[in-house]
Amino acid sequence: MIEKTVAELSTSLAAGDISSVELTHAYLARIAAHNDVLNAFITVCEDSALEQAQAADEKRAAGDNSPLLGIPLAHKDIFCTNGVTTTCGSHMLSNFVAPYNATVVEKFNTAGAVMLGKTNMDEFAMGSSNETSYFGPVKNPWDTKRVPGGSSGGSAAAVAADLCAMATGTDTGGSIRQPAAFCGITGFKPSYGRVSRWGMIAFASSLDQAGTLCKSAEDAALMTNTMAGLDSRDSTSIDKPVEDYTATLNDPLEGLRIGIPKQHFAEGLSAEVEQAIRAALKEYEQLGATLKEVDLPNNHLSVSAYYVVAPAEASANLSRYDGVRYGYRCENPVDLEDMYKRTRSEGFGDEVKRRIMVGTYALSAGYYDAYYKKAQKIRRLIKNDFDEAFQEVDVIVGPTSPHTAFELGAKTDPVAMYLEDIYTIAVNLAGLPGISIPAGLAQGLPVGMHLVGSDFAEARVLNVAHQFQQATDWHRKKPASFSQEG
Amino acid sequence: MEWEPVIGLEVHASLSTKSKLFSGTTSEFGADPNTQANIFDLALPGTLPVFNAEALKMAVRFGLAIGAEIGKRSVFDRKNYFYPDLPKGYQVTQLDFPVVGKGSLKIFLQDGSERVIGVTRAHIEENAGKSLHEEFHGMSGIDLNRAGEPLLEIVSEPEIKNAEEAVAYLKKLHSIVRYLDISDAIMAQGSMRCDVNVSIRARGETELGTRTEIKNINSFRFVEKAINSEIQRQQELIEDGGRVVQETRRYDADKDITTSMRSKEVANDYRYFPEPDLLPVVIDDAYIESVRAELPELPDARKARFVQEYGLSEFDAAVLTSTREMAEYFETVADQSGAVQLAANWVSGDLQALLNKNNLEISESPIAADRLATLIARIEDNTISGKIAKTVFETMIEDLASVDDIIEKKGLKQVTDSGAIEKLVDEVIANNPDQVQQFREGKQQVLGFLVGQAMKLSQGKANPGQVNQLLQEKLK
Repeated sequence: MIEKTVAELSTSLAAGDISSVELTHAYLARIAAHNDVLNAFITVCEDSALEQAQAADEKRAAGDNSPLLGIPLAHKDIFCTNGVTTTCGSHMLSNFVAPYNATVVEKFNTAGAVMLGKTNMDEFAMGSSNETSYFGPVKNPWDTKRVPGGSSGGSAAAVAADLCAMATGTDTGGSIRQPAAFCGITGFKPSYGRVSRWGMIAFASSLDQAGTLCKSAEDAALMTNTMAGLDSRDSTSIDKPVEDYTATLNDPLEGLRIGIPKQHFAEGLSAEVEQAIRAALKEYEQLGATLKEVDLPNNHLSVSAYYVVAPAEASANLSRYDGVRYGYRCENPVDLEDMYKRTRSEGFGDEVKRRIMVGTYALSAGYYDAYYKKAQKIRRLIKNDFDEAFQEVDVIVGPTSPHTAFELGAKTDPVAMYLEDIYTIAVNLAGLPGISIPAGLAQGLPVGMHLVGSDFAEARVLNVAHQFQQATDWHRKKPASFSQEG
Repeated sequence: MEWEPVIGLEVHASLSTKSKLFSGTTSEFGADPNTQANIFDLALPGTLPVFNAEALKMAVRFGLAIGAEIGKRSVFDRKNYFYPDLPKGYQVTQLDFPVVGKGSLKIFLQDGSERVIGVTRAHIEENAGKSLHEEFHGMSGIDLNRAGEPLLEIVSEPEIKNAEEAVAYLKKLHSIVRYLDISDAIMAQGSMRCDVNVSIRARGETELGTRTEIKNINSFRFVEKAINSEIQRQQELIEDGGRVVQETRRYDADKDITTSMRSKEVANDYRYFPEPDLLPVVIDDAYIESVRAELPELPDARKARFVQEYGLSEFDAAVLTSTREMAEYFETVADQSGAVQLAANWVSGDLQALLNKNNLEISESPIAADRLATLIARIEDNTISGKIAKTVFETMIEDLASVDDIIEKKGLKQVTDSGAIEKLVDEVIANNPDQVQQFREGKQQVLGFLVGQAMKLSQGKANPGQVNQLLQEKLK
């Protein structure tokens, strides 16, 4: 049962084949059995999960058949949860309990979903391997010597190993899509502004976007139906009606124009990944789509521009962690400056400190024009590239990552780590919707395929992904060592 | 060497919105510490700002009132620095695209002249909280009630020439924001604060000298004294061969000097960048016009109207329109009494003296406008004399009875009965034969003495005009 998709579980719950309490017990047992190895959860909420499951079953009995009612999920530990610790993967917030729920959390609560716990992540979402977490690295269920990707690595590993039915994540430069690719699941990042950021701890405000980690595009549609929408508490959320993203999932792909960005099939892409993606593209042709090469001439500037804009915003967003009001404070400070310095030196990990320093530098007097302003210009150029490409094609398809999951500790050079997100980062800079879906295996490890749509074309992206999953079963593949029980 | 000071003012006015600039918290002066700060004001993780449209409207009202360009697309920026009373570690303000651009206002000086002072810009920003260093024994307390309150920072052009102009400018701003009802602007409570930039240069020089900034001055009088003291300090420094250092200074009112606060601060790099949690604020002409349509009459327009409509002198009109409350008080008195000049004299004279003596604002006047109007009406209709009116006025401060009741109770009604007055006059003539003789011999000024005697005899209640007239008739 636990390996099923949300859509399937929803049907089983509605049919009375299983109760939410039973399902919740099953996932809690999975977590108890495997979390020691995977380290996917930072916090598990056994009691409150069972209470929520009980309440869901009662609602069900009273005639409520909402699609997510009683479905067990996990929230990335970046979403504030009332009364439950929210660490953001950091020593700084290891003791922080918010007195409020993030809008995303509130929406899943209202939908009747059951929160199993909070998942591990790179500290403040800064990382592509989940190795920067204060709570230790998450292991990839496909090979526990390998990373799950990041920053939503805990959510991705939890879904891949069936420790939950679905999970939330956030994506600032690829933090949903890359771990989804590494863990062989479906990871969807909607357009910037589609989902409220309220209560979601900020990394880079103009890039951060909440999204889904789950087992199919259909599940992503169900989750997005619940998460999306204008929020008066987030001024950057969009006042646009929320579609029913499941309604167009089955639209045929006849006549679909797929853009193949030549920059995403260039030097640096592993041969096996390329092979898997080329095969997937053939599948699309079978489904009636036509392929067309598109040019994203400024794509090569995206990582550089991102590593100016994101750290700049982060350097200010993380200033509030000063030891004054909440969170970590150093022992026995002698004066204010000492408190600031030691609190922040001891409370933040190296990668966070590195980005705060980079961002602070980029915003400094005399450097602002050369870095921040220029990066914003590049951002506009990158957006223009996409806008032009979408004149000619409906979706853009390529690999999510240049290779499959790498080994823990393999990437010690920060810049090499930053280049992990070379195909995903431009999508955040342009604010577009993107999804990663399983598209094959390379030496037993999942390969992710990346689909990108134009502004607010969530429904189209999910439709194109779903049709692939109807025709193939890559998304059904499970990591061998975690697919025995259940 | 003759020195010429160049002064610029940065004034912060707290906007009197119902809630804070980016959170729904209400804030009132004097509440218990940290009782008016919500999760956003405390900068808890994940909270986001939502711009208060009322603050925008107030800023636009101000802009229109000083004839300024209104920024149709204004942008919020983050100003980064660490301080315990700044919860987010940055202040949200407006750097390159303020909501109010260039404007100007007119000031009136003691010598009767007027000058136009340019306003460079005015922008919206959030206030910081308060650090409390006393009563915590080696620690500091933080009160975030004030954190996130909306401020309008109004920056003048550096074209103010002396302390008198600076104070006149500040008073004019004070008057305008209060006329507009956008700020309490109470300096003692910090709802209006002033930073003063002062430099001096040799007269005729076009380059500006090095300036110092005197922070957070909280009264009109201290602004004047601080400027004069700083000008003198800079002059003496330069004349002794020294150089002015660009720095922030503080005014010490007890010693009447300015002292250096933190010269390090000059090197502070605030790393401004556009606030990504807020969209640019875009407004159109229709919005601007709708705000314009709601503008009240402003001090300059009201002054002109007082001159034209009431026939007041420029001086009286300027005094009576200096605050909105005074102007409204005067208009009530003038309209209800029907005696404009008397109303002007009483409001700017006796009433103002009373308020000054008790250190009261006109809004706190123990004598309401309608009661003063009745008093003046009783002078006008000869019920009492102007002199008796002063006695009634004194009584009215404590006695809340009606003006007529007070006059009645105290028996202060003017005697106009000609029989009674004739009796008084006859008595005075009989009692003062020498003076009567002198008058009849042509010494006209003795008449005043005789009228005075009659008034004294009547305890001030006789109608002086009637007494005068009857005496003259009898002494012919």
